[in-house]
Amino acid sequence: MPVDQAALDAVALSRAEYDVLVQQLGREPNEVELGMFGSLWSEHCGYKNSKPLLKLFPSGGDHILTKVGAENAGAIDIGDGLCVVMKVESHNHPSAIEPYQGAATGVGGIVRDIFAMGAYPVAILDSLRFGPPDDPQNRFLFDGVVAGIGGYGNCLGIPTVGGEVHFASAYNGNPLVNAMCVGIAQTARLQSARATGEGNVLLLVGADTGRDGIHGASGLASRTDPEARFEEMRPAVQVGNPFMEKLLMEACYELASEHGDWIVGLQDLGAAGLTSSVVECCAKGGSGAILDLENVPRREQGMTPYEVMLSESQERMLVVARKEHVDDVKALFDHWELHCEPIGVVTNTREVVIREHGVEVARVPFDIATEPPQYRRNGVRPQELAALNTFDLGSRPDLRPAEATDVLLRLLARPNIASKRGVFRQYDHQVLNNTVVPPGGDAAVLRVPGTNKGFAVTTDCNGRLCYLDPYAGGAIAVAEAARNVVCTGATPVAVTDCLNFGNPEKLDVYYTLEHAVRGIAEACLVFGTPVVSGNVSLYNETQGRPVYPTPVIGILGIMDDVSKALRAGFEAADREIWLLGGGLEQSVDALAGSEYLEAIQGMVAGLPRINLEAERRLQQLVLRAHSEGLLASAHDCSDGGLAVALAECVMLGGHGFTGEAAFTAGRLDAALFGEGQGRIVVSLQPGSADRLRTLGAETGVPVAKLGQTARGSEFTLGPITTNAAAMLAAYESLL
Amino acid sequence: MKFAIVRFPGTWSDRDCYHVLHNVLEQQAEIIWHRETDLSRFDAVVLPGGFSYGDYLRTGAIARFSPVMEAVTTFAEAGKPVIGICNGFQVLCESHLLPGALIRNQSLQFRCEWAYLRREGGATPWADGIRDGEVIRVPISHGEGNYFADNRTLDELELRGRVVFRYCEASGEVTPASNPNGSARNIAGIINARGNVLGMMPHPERAGEELVGGSDGNRMWESLIGQAVAAVR
Repeated sequence: MPVDQAALDAVALSRAEYDVLVQQLGREPNEVELGMFGSLWSEHCGYKNSKPLLKLFPSGGDHILTKVGAENAGAIDIGDGLCVVMKVESHNHPSAIEPYQGAATGVGGIVRDIFAMGAYPVAILDSLRFGPPDDPQNRFLFDGVVAGIGGYGNCLGIPTVGGEVHFASAYNGNPLVNAMCVGIAQTARLQSARATGEGNVLLLVGADTGRDGIHGASGLASRTDPEARFEEMRPAVQVGNPFMEKLLMEACYELASEHGDWIVGLQDLGAAGLTSSVVECCAKGGSGAILDLENVPRREQGMTPYEVMLSESQERMLVVARKEHVDDVKALFDHWELHCEPIGVVTNTREVVIREHGVEVARVPFDIATEPPQYRRNGVRPQELAALNTFDLGSRPDLRPAEATDVLLRLLARPNIASKRGVFRQYDHQVLNNTVVPPGGDAAVLRVPGTNKGFAVTTDCNGRLCYLDPYAGGAIAVAEAARNVVCTGATPVAVTDCLNFGNPEKLDVYYTLEHAVRGIAEACLVFGTPVVSGNVSLYNETQGRPVYPTPVIGILGIMDDVSKALRAGFEAADREIWLLGGGLEQSVDALAGSEYLEAIQGMVAGLPRINLEAERRLQQLVLRAHSEGLLASAHDCSDGGLAVALAECVMLGGHGFTGEAAFTAGRLDAALFGEGQGRIVVSLQPGSADRLRTLGAETGVPVAKLGQTARGSEFTLGPITTNAAAMLAAYESLL
Repeated sequence: MKFAIVRFPGTWSDRDCYHVLHNVLEQQAEIIWHRETDLSRFDAVVLPGGFSYGDYLRTGAIARFSPVMEAVTTFAEAGKPVIGICNGFQVLCESHLLPGALIRNQSLQFRCEWAYLRREGGATPWADGIRDGEVIRVPISHGEGNYFADNRTLDELELRGRVVFRYCEASGEVTPASNPNGSARNIAGIINARGNVLGMMPHPERAGEELVGGSDGNRMWESLIGQAVAAVR
């Protein structure tokens, strides 16, 4: 029977893809099989538009323990028998429809990815994008997302330590909600998401299976404009139960860390539910499975096999237990008061057979299911970029000195720059007693439990820069993330990424995706930070317009002695303040895509640039100077440029700043508020200036003295004269 | 001393309490599951923070029916030291070991930040090492920490010296601005009539090392440990 278009639309398969499927199967799929293949071949599960591009990323390395894409998250060896496990993932479309639950279950999903690796989750970060917050709909989404992240993460007892919140009209109606989780595992106890060993048993653990979330992967995440289908798609958003997740997390960690010999694999149920977790586990194990669906605990009666296989009910895990230890595993979950039901067995047939009461309802060869068609397109540079990139920024009038103080205060109050304390104080950022540098600085720093080591984590991406030049923007996202962890004294070691883009079938969107990936790849190569895990979220559009290309970069840095972590604030008086990586004078090009240009001149234009080699030398200089004990603080120049960076140092540390440099040469706006890359503001330990100058000369990094910290809270920088109280009044307006 | 740290389903500051008591203060400590019914081997009981049973229904309302709570009640009635922190405080109120209730923060938002607490009167082994009027700095982390009781109960608590901590400014001044959740009379922690049971919303176990921002919380554990040592002598 030929399948109709409505059935294909329901699973987001094209007619051509369907024809390929029929040819490979050698028959028409039945309804259950069609649903399963549709989900597995969706962009969300199958990466059919992005896989060829993702191969451009540098991956692997001596300290990388996982093969990228092969496991639930990437693992990085940090010595002492321990490793860090990390991944970032999007939950954009569900959050656009139902912000609280969308964000909450986004946190739940990424946390499961981490404990599926046998790690204990120790930190959550959230990278968020919304339309401007003065619009009530955007405000509703923002408030709901923040409450959802807090509501879920706080209940789990995992600190939410960082992330970003940015606003731009390009995100109207299509917010980006990316959640990153970091865990610590004993390297010897790392788990794999695979099913092996004929006769071993598949156990479904945790929540019962309901009708929620069906078509989340294929319907919500793999096509454009969920808003238009708002009411229709609402049932595809899952509802979270963080209490259940907490029990699952504790139980799975106990299982993996103490009884790893009882199991062969651990896998969470995320997008496409049972379908993807079982098929992917079998594919990775090169095995096969028979499932008996009547054993799947249900929330309601009358669910069809289709619904059971595609449900995205949250808080469920698949445990592949060795057949002789099934009872042990069940007893462990019993202790934690969790359901644990055998639902199938491992075979060696390279296919997953689904039965209900002994009757076969689907047969899915995983070689076909996990190899969707892949698309490689020839992208076309977005038309509007030519005019924007060549716009003569020098034709705009320069800032008048008398306006400079007012402009600084206006920038400090901009939602993109203002303090995010109103957000992060709603998140428990201290639980587990490891948070050494809390949210609000360049990167969060946490102790590696049980050691003196520390790790620094942050997420970064400036969508406006990626819009103006996806290649430079992608590279800058990596550079800024690396710079942020370097400012805490940590050495960047690995990257996880979440690529948020519009509809890749449009050639200009595909262009931005491809070039951002190339920029990230180049930067990761230069900094020696391989990509260990990640996620792709496409079809982020409203009213036919894509969001800004937003490749969010999560980065991990490591330090040997966490008690030596650097902070951003000026914490002592009479310290020399230096700028590393550039002089005061900035070319007018430094205003390209800057917050100043948009806030004050009302435009997004210019051509952002980055010199990756100069950036690498700068970061090495800072790490070297810190290792020699020269630095008392470090903070990078990013949104709002030098003036905002210095203002933040004053507000964070409590000591004022007296600038001594004269702003006479070049443009004043570029010098104060230009966002030229590769610059870090440091305060020095007494008597360190000569050595710093020598190191600067040795490494070829420009260093310049800007002034010193004050005893009081006054702030003077060229024509700017203000004080900490006035700046805080603007900065702490609490979103 | 030997501390029992009770883990209900959903508890999360059990690990932090264990870390501070065992690793920092070098005491004996054991995390016990909520099905435990015998506490006779312990010298003190800690009901830690978290979201027991997800805080579903009402904070602490389900945990109070956990098997361990009968043993905790007996332990408390014998005059032995019991502390309830955050969710543990909520459980103690639900169990009627302490009066009053914790309702939603006035802001209707979760709050995680450092708070200053002024030590008020009232003898309790949990805080006798802290002088009356002294200020300690300890974090809060809760969505429902707004202490509520009727005026008669509040007056009774004040009269009997059962208010142990009040939210205050760094200077010690008790002001509306220093009250992070709307608690009646800025109350952050109270004791039972005998003084052996203390409930507080702030987290002393998160202020156990300068590395994580401060160590004032240890003053409380050290109070208790100091008294136990004195009693032995």
